[in-house]
Amino acid sequence: MIRARVLISGDPLSLSRGAEKTKLAIEAEISYYGLEDEIQVSYLTHADRTDILPIVMIYPEGVTYGPVTPEDGAYIVQEHLYKGRVIEHLFAPPEVLTGDIAHIPGRKGATYAQKRIVLRRAGVINPLDIEDYITHDGYFALAKALEEMQPEEVLETVKASKLQGRGGAGFPTGLKWSFVVQQPGEKYVVCNADESEPGTFKDRLILEGDPHALLEAMALAGYAIGAHEGWIYIRGEYALAKERLNKAIQQAKELNLLGDHILGSDFSFDIHVHAGAGAYICGEETALLESLEGKRGIPRIRPPYPTVAGFRGKPTVVNNVETLANIPPIIQNGADWFRSMGTERSPGTKVYTMLGDVNITGLVETPMGTTLREIINIYGGGMKDGKAFKCAQTGGASGSIIPPELLDVPMDFASMAESGAALGSGALLIAGEDTCIVDLAYVLLRFFKAESCGKCTPCRIGTAQMLEALERLRMGYGTQVDLDRLEEIAHYTKEASFCGLGQAAPVPIITGLRYFREEFEAHTRGECPTGVCPCSVKQKVKH
Amino acid sequence: MDAQLAQQTDEVIKHYGTDAEALVEILRDLNQIAGHLSPEHLLLIAQRLNLPSSKVYSVASFYSLINIKPLGRHVIRFCEDAPCHVAGGREVWEALEQELGIPFGETTPDRQWSLLTTSCIGACAVGPVMMIDDEIYGNLTPEKVHEILTQYREADKGGAV
Repeated sequence: MIRARVLISGDPLSLSRGAEKTKLAIEAEISYYGLEDEIQVSYLTHADRTDILPIVMIYPEGVTYGPVTPEDGAYIVQEHLYKGRVIEHLFAPPEVLTGDIAHIPGRKGATYAQKRIVLRRAGVINPLDIEDYITHDGYFALAKALEEMQPEEVLETVKASKLQGRGGAGFPTGLKWSFVVQQPGEKYVVCNADESEPGTFKDRLILEGDPHALLEAMALAGYAIGAHEGWIYIRGEYALAKERLNKAIQQAKELNLLGDHILGSDFSFDIHVHAGAGAYICGEETALLESLEGKRGIPRIRPPYPTVAGFRGKPTVVNNVETLANIPPIIQNGADWFRSMGTERSPGTKVYTMLGDVNITGLVETPMGTTLREIINIYGGGMKDGKAFKCAQTGGASGSIIPPELLDVPMDFASMAESGAALGSGALLIAGEDTCIVDLAYVLLRFFKAESCGKCTPCRIGTAQMLEALERLRMGYGTQVDLDRLEEIAHYTKEASFCGLGQAAPVPIITGLRYFREEFEAHTRGECPTGVCPCSVKQKVKH
Repeated sequence: MDAQLAQQTDEVIKHYGTDAEALVEILRDLNQIAGHLSPEHLLLIAQRLNLPSSKVYSVASFYSLINIKPLGRHVIRFCEDAPCHVAGGREVWEALEQELGIPFGETTPDRQWSLLTTSCIGACAVGPVMMIDDEIYGNLTPEKVHEILTQYREADKGGAV
């Protein structure tokens, strides 16, 4: 089995600088250590950097060394491929993000490989076959918990793992569970599968590709907190996922992995699927609970929090799909295993959906703390059409705008927050140089205005007024007065809105202004620097 | 017509029961069967679930997958979110309006097409994306929009759809 791939730049310039000798040296050293069957060596035909040739890239770590002499090549095999130690002093220097080739400055101790916990079975097993799930470690964690662990131990393990909610806020999952345990009476486990942040479809993949993982996780949560009923609130648009969940529940019941006295224990647990009917706001947990009770999806006042008074007024744990998918492996492998991945403050992995101006779009799961530069270069295959990176937008519409300055910030909840950005739900919309920030903000605000539930005034009126101001700027009628008003309303809306939707709606404007103020100001003069907005079209016609 | 309406409604209610908690699901499923929910539908549901009709109306009008107005023969739901927008959605948006001769949110006078927007449908990797009825079409361009709509029109003429 191939465990590593070594790529050596083989373009004419690299060859003229001795790439062939480097390749021979690497191959000789590999055979010296007897690694031929595990490591594949090949030429990279196209490298777009000329300053560090020849380069040597090693996957799956995604480390780039360069320039590499034949002696360095032999040393790399010895240290990196044989002993597993990255060699910092041979790392290629970082460069700006352009072109379609991955150049990564390596970091000591960092794991670059895509690490799958949550998505480890998606696409590997047949989601409609419970036996396939079981043969891939399925329901082992539940069996282990029921046979060997007290509910308190399950709770303590989750607490010790430091797992944080993956829906966007990053609240410690174990802590949330312990709030519910303290409450008397009947309790509920609710899974928030109302994935509707624009650009996020990670939960859909779990729901469609590995539905039993979610059921097992909910049963574990139920066992830990003392609940006997779980509800999955799934968005109305996810018809296939709903169908698969229902099928999975039926299969699990047949094998007594759900239902009464699971696996002969004293623990009984049932799961119901409830589909929504199209409302972004229902991703907010209290609005979700309202909708689950058959009402308009309007947020509730807090406190009391759902952990005290949630579904049907009872203490309720509401967890995101990705969060729950981490629970079975944590119970199975222990908290220490989980904490060995990611960062100190945010252990584990994060699933991202990468979109926009990158060569490869789609889902990627990486350890927490991986930087945006690494994600774009390694998994995104670099920027599309050689565009320069302008900004990224995280966490769907409620994420923040990340400028080039923050490309090297480790992506975890705390580090992002310290940099004034938000990790959000896991969407990564990568925008190249030809993206207009005003236009981007306009589209995001159009979404929020449409999805505002109308309950509170700051959000209902604020989103409309911000959209109006952005529309004027886009069309070229806007003035400095509009820009000032936009900024003012953005702050009021953020401060005064009732729930997360209204508090998040102005964030693209606030962060956009923080990093790209000149671009907004250009629009007050009727100029769109990227030529995207309608105002620039008018100009062209005029001349 | 009324008998059919009552039958449709009762079938859905039979599946979910008459607990008020099931209201959203009942409305959504019935909408799918009936195409849209008429005032008669809403009134009947209110009676069966023993709820004020104002409450049933308020819930029905809240959710985007529940229509309280009749729509065209085909319903286009175009994703208006940022990922689709930056992937060329703006041009496709304009092409759709031009092609059908109506702005978003409206139905053509011949009642063949309704042009609506939708928020993210989770197919962002192939954006821009639209749904026509239950079919998803991705990687759209203005030319492709023309092609797809022409196919539907021709199929309708031939009576195939």
